[in-house]
Amino acid sequence: MPTADPSLAPARSTIPLTLRLNGREATFVVEPQVTLLDLLRDRAGLEGTKKGCDRGQCGACTVLVNGRRTLSCLALALPHAGDDITTIEGLADGDVLHPVQAAFVEHDAFQCGFCTPGQILSAVAVIAEGRAHGDDAIREAMSGNVCRCGAYPNIVAAIAAVQGAR
Amino acid sequence: MTVTAERPATKGFIGQPIDRVDGRAKVTGAARYAADAPVDAPLFAVIVQSTIARGRMTAIDETATRAVPGVVEVVTYKNAPRVPTLPFDFMVPVQEELAPLQTDEIHYDGQHVAAVVGTTFEAAREGAALLRIAYEQRDAELTIDDAHQVDLPAQWFGSDIQPRRGEPEAAFEASEVRIDATYVTPLENHNPLEPSVTVAEWRDGDLIVHDSTQWVRGTRAALAKHFALDEERVHVIAPFLGGGFGCKGFFWPHAAIAAMAAKLTNRPVKLVLTREQMFTSCGRRSSTRQHLRVGASRDGRLKSVLHDVIGESSRVGMFVESAGGVTEMLYDVPNVAITHRVARLDVATPTAMRAPGEAPGSYALGSALDELAYACGLDPLDVLRRNHAGTDPSNGLPFSSKHLLACYERGAEAFGWSTRTHAPRSMRENGELIGWGVATATYPAMRAPAQARVTIGADGTIDVATATHDLGTGMYTILAQIAADALGVHPDAVRVRIGDSQFPNAPVAGGSMSSASVGPAVQDAAQRAYREALAVAISSGASPLHGLTGDAVEARDGMLRAKDDPSRAIPYADVVKLAETGAIEVLGGAAPGDEDEKFSFHSFGAQFVEVRFDEELARLRVSRALGVFDCGRILNAKTARSQMIGGITWGIGMALFEETVRDGRFGAVVTNNLADYHVPVNADIPNIEVEFVEEPDYNLNSLGARGIGEIGITGVAAAIANAVYHATGVRVRDLPIVPEKLLGSAAV
Repeated sequence: MPTADPSLAPARSTIPLTLRLNGREATFVVEPQVTLLDLLRDRAGLEGTKKGCDRGQCGACTVLVNGRRTLSCLALALPHAGDDITTIEGLADGDVLHPVQAAFVEHDAFQCGFCTPGQILSAVAVIAEGRAHGDDAIREAMSGNVCRCGAYPNIVAAIAAVQGAR
Repeated sequence: MTVTAERPATKGFIGQPIDRVDGRAKVTGAARYAADAPVDAPLFAVIVQSTIARGRMTAIDETATRAVPGVVEVVTYKNAPRVPTLPFDFMVPVQEELAPLQTDEIHYDGQHVAAVVGTTFEAAREGAALLRIAYEQRDAELTIDDAHQVDLPAQWFGSDIQPRRGEPEAAFEASEVRIDATYVTPLENHNPLEPSVTVAEWRDGDLIVHDSTQWVRGTRAALAKHFALDEERVHVIAPFLGGGFGCKGFFWPHAAIAAMAAKLTNRPVKLVLTREQMFTSCGRRSSTRQHLRVGASRDGRLKSVLHDVIGESSRVGMFVESAGGVTEMLYDVPNVAITHRVARLDVATPTAMRAPGEAPGSYALGSALDELAYACGLDPLDVLRRNHAGTDPSNGLPFSSKHLLACYERGAEAFGWSTRTHAPRSMRENGELIGWGVATATYPAMRAPAQARVTIGADGTIDVATATHDLGTGMYTILAQIAADALGVHPDAVRVRIGDSQFPNAPVAGGSMSSASVGPAVQDAAQRAYREALAVAISSGASPLHGLTGDAVEARDGMLRAKDDPSRAIPYADVVKLAETGAIEVLGGAAPGDEDEKFSFHSFGAQFVEVRFDEELARLRVSRALGVFDCGRILNAKTARSQMIGGITWGIGMALFEETVRDGRFGAVVTNNLADYHVPVNADIPNIEVEFVEEPDYNLNSLGARGIGEIGITGVAAAIANAVYHATGVRVRDLPIVPEKLLGSAAV
């Protein structure tokens, strides 16, 4: 079987990329096929963002791009040059949890916690979009984020509580 | 010295709805799951799977793969380290008796045949996509109807699974009312949000593995056997798990492949299964076909039940979906015959999935009893009540603690069952048909030996260590509560460490037995730690409690203090200083005794469901669900409620959405993603009400707690199918109840 010494193989083209991660400018050199999710997890050390399906079907990888919720597994990294990315690590203010994070703890809006970063970022955006008025509206707007543990009623309660306190 | 003491005063954190102690870590992204393991510069492995169901590989062309920049190794049967095929064993939990990457043989579609290892995930993925494998196909048997080999195993997990009592055939024939129906449940996949992960690293001949396992000790045992190591040289770490539901309970081949790849490359290797691969790589729920013959008198009293189950397993592993188990013990029936047959197919191996056996079995039996109720013209809930079993009819033993009738009563009251009108299609609102259904929930209450270490540190904090897991179940939290109560401290002062094979032994986080097994072990260890602290506090001359007897002292608010003089008190930190050992560290444990010779241990519940059906749109929704459960003492009211809501949500998924479709000609899973395999999403799930009949079961353990991980799903699919019948008049005997099965429901 022929083998190729990887050190001799031609390297793929790599392109510098600068974006803002949780308020801080960060620069990487990446190949074009790198997704925003894999950039965050494997290169930026932001492993709070989760990979549940890698094809945009579960919502675990949801991050905010310029405030808009985005499936980072379906987004290539390079087009996001200059964008402002918020991940779960960037939500709390020091030790003070974001109100949605605090509400998720209080309402037990998760079990295993794997979908939780995506749920919370989705929830932050849904509230900001003004779509969190009423339980049915919350259910509809949050249906892109699968929770296999089945914490949905508690997720709705947590979001409704934050919305109600606004 | 020997100190006798009462149990320390209980502050009563057990049972309280306190927030999860790991909640902050989970909402901030700080919780480290296996794929987030702190391993420096790992290589990435991507699995390649077979695309035929049976045959052999005739050629593997690695040229294009190895030409991808960053690909460093291709692991196939040609270069993989030799490992033995391990037989299934309760302590070496290899569900699939097929050592990976050892031969060219293919036993099912989706079998791992290679792992491509790269310096980046992207390189490994690209290399995997370019690997070319030629196959020689042989005929495969892919459906139960095709199977030539059908096994009739006498036992499964120590239980007789072909039981008989009385004269079931004759009693059925002689019965005034007879139901004879076949119920079908599909293949299902667990689909935890976290795909299975193994990060493997060899260090000086030791194997260190960060693994998404529900059983660090079981994974350790299997890896040790595969690589001929002493178990102490294998270290398995799993502090957080992104769900498991059974598919991470047994040992699966990818974990060995990650270790092989790490060995070949002499680098840490991170292997994460893709969502697609999860459908054949770590088990699934077998389909079942359940033939039920139910004989009863006209007043709905059961005379005979015959329950014949056929499911599937693979050629390389045995799993029995023991759906008949519920029929053996749930109702007071004098004549029973149960059979379980297993068709051996050229498919991936099934495994335990949340409430294995009970989930599909409770659907079939719960449906049949509803059919019986309608055949008798009786309220379905009355039929359940009339057949209530006071003692376990399978073995004649009393139940350790059974309050099922209270579940029915409380559920009926809360749900408003008395306002239900009996006839199908008799309830409507806003143009929609409404149906109400009920069914019984049940799951065995098991426990296993477990140990825990409790350490009181120099700063007075309490450290609890045990090799159990938190799959999202709340284990971190309840163990903190248990230790806090035993030591008279606040749960915030307790640090719980779990998910590490080097911690004291704990069983697989499965079978709904972790709380009932590990909880008493932690309680024992914490009580021992208290007694050690007490011995120091009353014997040391420098202690304000010096000279007191043990029973004159209590533990409260983080201190030991004299019961009759609270000013005489000493915090744990000072006790540790007096002990002059740096810390007080004790090992405790708990194990079952002979109680299962005296009692039958089961949990119970009543599931009430409302569905609404829009005939014009053929839109079916569950609009209300209520579960009332009898599970012994509840250790945390908040996390327990959540776990039950999750179980009921699983029941809704099972009833309405979930089905793994396998191509019957070629054997490939065609619904191998979350767009085609439908799990419930937020908009599918209504408000779910959960209540507990909190009767402690001290016959099972010192906490009075039975496990609650699985019972929540049981009975839900039956209650929904029964509600659908009530709403539409259509009895759906094959899950899931997708709209097309209701299209003939009425003269629309």
